[in-house]
Amino acid sequence: MFGNLSDRLVETFKGLRAKGKLSASDIDATLREIRKALLEADVALEVVKTFIAAVRERALGDEVSKALNPAQQVVQIVQEELIVILGGEARRIQFAKNPPTVIMLAGLQGSGKTTLAGKLAKWLKEQGQTPLLVACDLQRPNAVNQLQVIGERVGVPVFAPEEGNGKGNPVSVAKDSIKHAKQKQFSVVIVDTAGRLGIDEELMKQANDIRKATDPDEVLFVIDSMIGQDAVNVAKAFEDGVGFTGVVLTKLDGDARGGAALSVAQVTGKPILFSSTGEGMDAFEPFYPDRMASRILDMGDILSLIEQAQKSFDEQEALVMAEKMAKDAFTLEDFLDQMQQLKKMGSLRSMLSMMPGAGKLKGQLDNIDEKEIDRTEAIIRAMTPKERKDPKILNGSRRLRIAKGSGMTVTDVNSLVNRFEQAAKMMKVMAKGGNPGLPGMPQGMGAMPRPQAKKDKGKKKAKSGNPAKRAAEISGIEPPKQGNSGSSFGLGG
Amino acid sequence: MFWRKKDNAADQVVEEAIVQELEVTEEVVVETPSVAATQDLVAVELPKRNLTKGFKSVFSRIKFDVENLEELEDVLIQADFGVGAAEAIVSEVKTRAKKAGARSEAELKTILTELLTEKMTRADSSLNLDSGKQPYVILVVGVNGAGKTTTIGKLANYLVEGGAKVTLGAADTFRAAAVEQLETWAQRSNSEIVKPVTEGQDPAAVAFEAVEKAVANGSDVLIIDTAGRLQNKQGLMDELGKIRRVIEKNLPISEVLLVLDSTTGQNAMTQAKAFTEVASVTGIALTKLDGSAKGGIVYAIQDQLNIPVKLVGVGEGINDFGFFDAKEFAIGLVGEN
Repeated sequence: MFGNLSDRLVETFKGLRAKGKLSASDIDATLREIRKALLEADVALEVVKTFIAAVRERALGDEVSKALNPAQQVVQIVQEELIVILGGEARRIQFAKNPPTVIMLAGLQGSGKTTLAGKLAKWLKEQGQTPLLVACDLQRPNAVNQLQVIGERVGVPVFAPEEGNGKGNPVSVAKDSIKHAKQKQFSVVIVDTAGRLGIDEELMKQANDIRKATDPDEVLFVIDSMIGQDAVNVAKAFEDGVGFTGVVLTKLDGDARGGAALSVAQVTGKPILFSSTGEGMDAFEPFYPDRMASRILDMGDILSLIEQAQKSFDEQEALVMAEKMAKDAFTLEDFLDQMQQLKKMGSLRSMLSMMPGAGKLKGQLDNIDEKEIDRTEAIIRAMTPKERKDPKILNGSRRLRIAKGSGMTVTDVNSLVNRFEQAAKMMKVMAKGGNPGLPGMPQGMGAMPRPQAKKDKGKKKAKSGNPAKRAAEISGIEPPKQGNSGSSFGLGG
Repeated sequence: MFWRKKDNAADQVVEEAIVQELEVTEEVVVETPSVAATQDLVAVELPKRNLTKGFKSVFSRIKFDVENLEELEDVLIQADFGVGAAEAIVSEVKTRAKKAGARSEAELKTILTELLTEKMTRADSSLNLDSGKQPYVILVVGVNGAGKTTTIGKLANYLVEGGAKVTLGAADTFRAAAVEQLETWAQRSNSEIVKPVTEGQDPAAVAFEAVEKAVANGSDVLIIDTAGRLQNKQGLMDELGKIRRVIEKNLPISEVLLVLDSTTGQNAMTQAKAFTEVASVTGIALTKLDGSAKGGIVYAIQDQLNIPVKLVGVGEGINDFGFFDAKEFAIGLVGEN
């Protein structure tokens, strides 16, 4: 019933295809969809509001109106802002200078603390640490027992002097465990505490006492990734009541989008350290903000695709290239560079399999023949630097040498030289004010609209287009002999 | 209330005593016998258990009027109603307010309370314990950490207090110490328990044994605990189907209760869908409904999936649970005028 965000954005963007620019109302329509998607992913409303406001501000700014493809730019901004909130770079556990490092776990009932304690212990053990599990959940029936079973499964000793089920003092257990760890030289102590419901002052105080008693290096707030709007209140309550240094997301293998991650990170400003999935003791890994951002938006890897495409077609490079062309200084070496950029795009194909609804896109990218780029590369590499700079000197014997050196035929070499000359000629025309399309990405980057706006001929900005794209278009118009004329990249020859 | 065969005469005396005793302390609901109740059956009254203390009004901090219903939408979203349901409710409130010429906050609150009550009231929100085919089997399912075992403990205790003989089947053979946890609840509630013979035994086998034992020991109700599973784990969901089939070879299943953590957000919808598909969920037990305002997702679930909310859990205590009542839910949510 919800449909994923990328589908919805595609719908929103459809109407924008003809436009090169986004108006404020276009942006608002897009943002409404993003708002809805975030809410359906259980990001807390107050967080969504702040977030949308921030994105809107940037989207209305120069950044977007001057961008090559405004619609994509909006999505890009959303992605970037999400990653910023999620903590940017992933943070790792801070180990104490003098062992043992004490890690305390706190969280709601049923958030998965005890299971997580086991996973964390196993992970630390694999990192070469000697962890000790401490059973301080003396509240829930058989929590101590559960930790013991888990400890056995992962081969980590459990410190459990009290049987639990309401009996015993968790604070003194925690205190004793540190002494025990020092004596027995454990390098990490993992303290499992009783789960509590939202706001329970007594248990919150108990957790606080455990914190004071053990002076932990890390207090990890464990939160179920399926939690809804309440995430904000819960996180605040724990932040005020106990305080924590990092967050662990559990049960991320369900189909929950995990908007809670965003809420908690935004409200508390604390980094998310780990994410955990399932009951298998290996189902545990460091947290990656960028992956989570995509997951929350349910965008598959469409954003990585955009990102990579942007990297591949670096705007600055394109500008330099355009200038070169204008000055008639475009060489085969530059041509090779352009080819290699296209090749980078080609590797995107593998990513497409991960993407929802990317069939169209995939078809387009299939037209990039990576082998063909390899062959072109081989030919150019077989030339001397002088030849690369000035292809005019390529006479028959040079061409034969190049063909032999690259394992190709003279016809192939001829065809390449022809293509290059045509491309260079056309680009020169365009660089001087031809009919540029200013694509930020090659045509057929599928779901995203490609602005078709006609620019004023004399405009300086006209030079910032991508030469490879133009070259490709040109050779697409006049396909070489063995050409695959259907290629949107014109790389058939 | 549940229905028991008349020939259980020996117990009945005890039961009546208990019922009378309960009448002193708790209000007893008198219901009219359902169609299934024949002269062979006798009604066993259960104490009324409707809770209001679990709900905290979401409107304490906002003021709303006809011109400013956007805020109402926000509040509903924050109570996990979801964007779609929140929009629908707001537009319905608008329509009704216009029709009634309502303007004041009090009038609007009344409209909203009535609307929610109306939409959430269902005829099938009590437990199906009236077929006469005993023992009544209640299968309890849900994702990890939703509160299945605790809910079972509370429900068992409630039924035992009401005079029923209850057996628990510990078919969660996966989670570490789950069996022990259920055993503790069995002791607390004075119920029988059927445990796996070996660690990690096939849960369907445990369910089968539980059925045999419950029949043999003359239980009124058999409650079967299952391991928590995330709804997208196909293998585990298939296992649930198997447990269901094994039980049904011997006894009809009266209730399949899906335990939902009320703090769950929009994912509760996909949980409900997935569990309904494999286990034909007949009712929802909404847990952890204390503290802050939440649980709005059940509105959407009742509305879209047509599954009634039956039980409500509000805490860790053995008595912290009750039956769902739409009006009280609505009043609790909207707040008294």
